[in-house]
Amino acid sequence: MRFVDEYRDPVAARALVARITSLGGDDHFKFMEICGGHTHTIYRHGIEHVLPPSIELVHGPGCPVCVIPMGRVDDAISLAREPGVIFTSFGDMMRVPGSRGNLLKAKAEGADVRFVYSPLDALRIAVDNPGHQVVFFAVGFETTAPSTAVTLLQARARRISNFRVFSNHVTIVPPLKAILGSPNLRLDGFLGPGHVSTVIGQRPYRFVATQYGKPLVTAGFEPLDILQAIAMLLAQIREGRCEIENQYSRVVREEGNPKALAVLGEVFELRPQFEWRGLGTIAESALKLRPEFAEFDAELHYQLPGLRVADPKACQCGEVLKGVIKPWECKVFGTACTPETPIGTCMVSSEGACAAYYNFGRMHREAAVTLGRMSRSAV
Amino acid sequence: MCLGIPGQVMEMTNTNEHLARVDVSGVARVVNIGLLEDEHLQPGDWVLIHVGFAISKIDEEEASLTLATLRLMGQAYSDEMEAFRSSNAFR
Repeated sequence: MRFVDEYRDPVAARALVARITSLGGDDHFKFMEICGGHTHTIYRHGIEHVLPPSIELVHGPGCPVCVIPMGRVDDAISLAREPGVIFTSFGDMMRVPGSRGNLLKAKAEGADVRFVYSPLDALRIAVDNPGHQVVFFAVGFETTAPSTAVTLLQARARRISNFRVFSNHVTIVPPLKAILGSPNLRLDGFLGPGHVSTVIGQRPYRFVATQYGKPLVTAGFEPLDILQAIAMLLAQIREGRCEIENQYSRVVREEGNPKALAVLGEVFELRPQFEWRGLGTIAESALKLRPEFAEFDAELHYQLPGLRVADPKACQCGEVLKGVIKPWECKVFGTACTPETPIGTCMVSSEGACAAYYNFGRMHREAAVTLGRMSRSAV
Repeated sequence: MCLGIPGQVMEMTNTNEHLARVDVSGVARVVNIGLLEDEHLQPGDWVLIHVGFAISKIDEEEASLTLATLRLMGQAYSDEMEAFRSSNAFR
């Protein structure tokens, strides 16, 4: 229980762990946390070592950097190398490997690649550089897509003609369906994502309970939030309920953010299909610009390679993203693949399961093993 | 890029463009509050900021909880704050 002492409210944390232990009993439960932010919290705070052995957490596909396939990174690099283009990207995407290097390498070789904090920064660069074409590499789930949408609405209203978006925005429900439909994964419930749910609300998850008979509890990002959400999942199972519940109601509303959903609908439409790293091609799982915004669509404006590129053989990001293996079970984890020289996407983003485990989990795991040995030898 | 960082609304700087000046851990920046149009934000309100946009109205207690959790993230949080500081969208 060493880790619990570091929590904001150790007394509440201990009470929650006791409740989880008693609800879990002698059975084994496997819950998936969908969101990369949760994965980070779980490893950062050693939650896996606080939980009783009856509870196993597996990491889901909710890190937007991790799910972008190599072919799309190659497309991005090709855009960055176009003459006259200023290519703008969130910092997280700069080190994601394509089949021949990443955006940082393209920059070192002369491409004008700039990292931005906000899509509005990219629009600003377009205004300041009328002689250049500015392309924004848009990634992210429903949390981030409304910001790109508002930026495009501004670009249109202000008639900014040298701004384009390379949209790789994805939606959370289709990969969940893909995971629930996959035959080799037994899951007992889900921790629902926090920030995505501020936008989409709770209703889109109903199918998880009604069609697949699994409970889902949307959770906040504090260790206590995660523990409480796990206790809520177990309580549902023990009481014979199967519902979509909201542990993070202090931020997430049932109906989400209607204004954000409205701008999403105004600017984007669903792609017929999109490739996800590790999950393969999933129908209607990503967003492209509506025809009304064609003039801003980088994919219509430039010739892209558009090739499907298989992941490196050694890389098992796909298995990690589906929760089939843990980060440390990957053959190249921590040896050939590290945050400094990532082979796979899960090692790049700080919210990727492998990077989070590499930075925090290992220490906790080693500490826990040592503590276990000490407590056993004390007996 | 996935973080939501809490900020306190200081003043509305441009109502037409939905811009407000917010204080994030002592750093003053202008952010877009258009996605929270229906919340009728006032100076003193707290919001969660993601890539330059306020995405959720929160209360003060939630803001301090979130900040405490973010600070524990270490590098990921300092990278995010560095990016936030360098943002040039609203010069």
